[in-house]
Amino acid sequence: MSDNPGGLAVELRDISKRFPGVIANYEVDLTVRRGTIHAVVGENGAGKSTLMKTLYGMHQPDTGTIAINGAQTEMRSPSDAIGAGVGMVHQHFMLADNLTVLENIILGSEPSNRGVIDLRAARSRLTELMASVGTELDLDTEVSELGVGERQRVEILKVLFRGAQILILDEPTAVLVPDEVDELFETLKRLVADGATVIFISHKLDEVLQVSDDITVMRQGTTVAHTAPTEIDRSGLAELMVGSELPSPAGRTSTIGEEIRLEVRDLSVPGAEGRPAVESASFTVRAGEIVGVAGVEGNGQFELCTAIAGLRPSTGSVIVDGRDLAHANTRERHRAGLAYIPFDRQREGLMLNAPLWENTLLGREHEESLSKGPFIDAEAARASSVSIIDRFGVLTPNETVPAFALSGGNQQKLVVGRNLVTEPAVLIAAHPTRGIDVGAQAAIWDEIRQARDSGMAVLLVSADLEELIGLSDTLLVMFDGHITARLDPDSVTPSELGTHMTGTHLEVTT
Amino acid sequence: MSKRERPGGLAGLLSRITTGSDATAMRTSLTTVGSSLVAVAIALTICAVLLAVTGKNPIDAYATIIETGASGNKLLEMLRRATPLIFSATAVAIGFKMLIFNIGVEGQYLFAALVAAEAGSRVSLPIVIHIAFILVVAMIAGAFWASIAGVLKVRKNVHEVISTIMLNYIALSVIQWLFENFFRDDEVEGLNIKTTLLPDSARMPDIVDGRLNGMFIVALATVTAFWVIVYRSRFGFRLRASGFNATAAETAGISARTMTIIAMIFSGAVAGLVAMSSVLGEAFAYGPNATPIGFGFAGITVALLGRNHPVGIVIAALLFGFLDSTSAELQLANVPNSIVKVMQSIIVLTVVIVNEATIRKLNERTAEQARADLAGVTS
Repeated sequence: MSDNPGGLAVELRDISKRFPGVIANYEVDLTVRRGTIHAVVGENGAGKSTLMKTLYGMHQPDTGTIAINGAQTEMRSPSDAIGAGVGMVHQHFMLADNLTVLENIILGSEPSNRGVIDLRAARSRLTELMASVGTELDLDTEVSELGVGERQRVEILKVLFRGAQILILDEPTAVLVPDEVDELFETLKRLVADGATVIFISHKLDEVLQVSDDITVMRQGTTVAHTAPTEIDRSGLAELMVGSELPSPAGRTSTIGEEIRLEVRDLSVPGAEGRPAVESASFTVRAGEIVGVAGVEGNGQFELCTAIAGLRPSTGSVIVDGRDLAHANTRERHRAGLAYIPFDRQREGLMLNAPLWENTLLGREHEESLSKGPFIDAEAARASSVSIIDRFGVLTPNETVPAFALSGGNQQKLVVGRNLVTEPAVLIAAHPTRGIDVGAQAAIWDEIRQARDSGMAVLLVSADLEELIGLSDTLLVMFDGHITARLDPDSVTPSELGTHMTGTHLEVTT
Repeated sequence: MSKRERPGGLAGLLSRITTGSDATAMRTSLTTVGSSLVAVAIALTICAVLLAVTGKNPIDAYATIIETGASGNKLLEMLRRATPLIFSATAVAIGFKMLIFNIGVEGQYLFAALVAAEAGSRVSLPIVIHIAFILVVAMIAGAFWASIAGVLKVRKNVHEVISTIMLNYIALSVIQWLFENFFRDDEVEGLNIKTTLLPDSARMPDIVDGRLNGMFIVALATVTAFWVIVYRSRFGFRLRASGFNATAAETAGISARTMTIIAMIFSGAVAGLVAMSSVLGEAFAYGPNATPIGFGFAGITVALLGRNHPVGIVIAALLFGFLDSTSAELQLANVPNSIVKVMQSIIVLTVVIVNEATIRKLNERTAEQARADLAGVTS
């Protein structure tokens, strides 16, 4: 089928992609040999998805070139990519539930005969395709009746039906049970044997080592290593992902007191499909202590934080300053001294169309100093907003501009300021400096340190290792809903952290 | 730090006008009003074309509208017709402040009118207290009917658009059943069937004899209360916060469930007052042919036209009241009655479209302005 067997199916050179305020990809090189399974591994935020979106034409790179089968190609849209034989299976399936398997697969590229869909032709082509891939699906079943593994096969068939020779699979095993993973790998191997090329995005190192021919490791937006399962082992790969040197904690002085301000005991959070999102998490945070939570995103950190904040149902205890808040709602927890800097400032933190002073009032509107009986004291609320703007260095002309007019870093300073100005007993800070510039980051770190010095307890969730190691007194690692390790940030090694974050130690010990 | 301080004296005043908060707010409202006027002008032009196409002289038609509108009686008629619209638009706007669409004002106010008229006819109280009693009963009845949709949304996740529309139909049947079996005054026959007439102590005094009753004042008071509650109270802040960003509000401890129920109760309570100018001031009873219908739906368009703002609602209600009041004269001038409805609808559509465009422009300009101000500050 190919005129150049053994050549390069995909060649990405010098790809850079910048989003406002962040560099998502920087001088990325990726070469994929035809007829191989090529794994792209890296932590969340390492730039894997951005790179794949570039390859699939979902956005254009700022610099760099893309060559498919040796020919320079410009990917202006996914249809360009499909035209060039590149198909993508997204992590979240994009299927119409109430259509049949057949209808879903042909949707958008229906073979037609004088304007009428030629179902017979579609059916026979699909039967052939399924035989060649070695999979079996009842084409007339409604997709709503299929399990996750079968849905994924529908997605793969859909891509193949459009003639894709290069398949991108974005974390395909994240949703599968072990049996289904094995089946998927069988399918992938057959595809590759037939001359197709598979790009496989993952951070599960065992799977990567098991199935791939080549491995590219990404870290902090760029490609840091090209290797193969024959050349490297699990801990070596983990070290590559995390980085060979961990940032050194800069002159930290411990201010940990005796008093336990936050105690989480046996906290479990139900998740989707009966699997708990967090299971039996227990830890304490003392006055003046920062406890960092490391982990690949999606391992229960979000559920843990929102459950502590009272935003989702959970079992177990959350005790702040000796008071059990298990049955308290969000506002009561807030009043008991629990502040929460949410993961996503725009979605969970701000009213973008409201003026800054209303944004700094949000969650504090019950405070006596900001109200007069049942009414808001607008003067006081504005004055308070101005003082937050000054203290936290929010760059804005005044307190009445709407929040959308601010840059991301300044929006974040506003959210952090709003939470710190109440002098909470406990601060839950989720990615407090994500996606903002270095200056704003340093300012926020300083504020968190100062609040800690005055006795606040901090639970810090972050994907930024510099932040975690630089700020934390204790490091917890979350994997698959469990707190799997308790590490000392001063002495932890990259491979130790990497193996815990990827859950590799679990297999090692069994 | 010094960048936040404003100079005093004249320079301070000037800086307040150019960059201060009030200037921003002023500019926003001026632009909104301006864009609404432009939209009305565009709508009138479209209507003129429409009139011309149907063989009427648009200039004659508009002249008729202006002539009749200029008379004192017509202005009173405008206020009379605007009164129920102010109530229903306010009811819709309360829900809309937290992005809840109360499409059920129609059912809520008719149910409230029946219950309040019947309750009022069964008690004897001194004059002011009697009127107040009926108004309170109407508000409770309206709030009750609206709260059903609120509870369904919170408990069973039923979308309020579906439930309030359905509750409109249910309200009509319930009203008919209650009226025919329990509340109807059997001494009255024919088309004029009603509940028992209210005694004198329950009749709303007229502001202008036979032309405008006191409910107009109540409407203005209600819209003022709406303004104070929504823009000044803690509850109003929480309501608007839920509308701005429900997730952020929830994260800040504002329970969406509680806010939904309270918003529906407030909205329904105001809806309960829609037909009171008829019950207390014109028909002195509830009657299937005496109590006006359709104001619940008209209120949605008025709220939309008034951008859910108290001042906007009053202006929009007056405009609709005015257009309604001229329909009789237009018919005499051989322009069909329906053209007024068409005109109202075209005005609403153009205002919505023009406003969307303006808001987007305004947002862009605000963001640009903020950046420009910052550049000035930091350099």
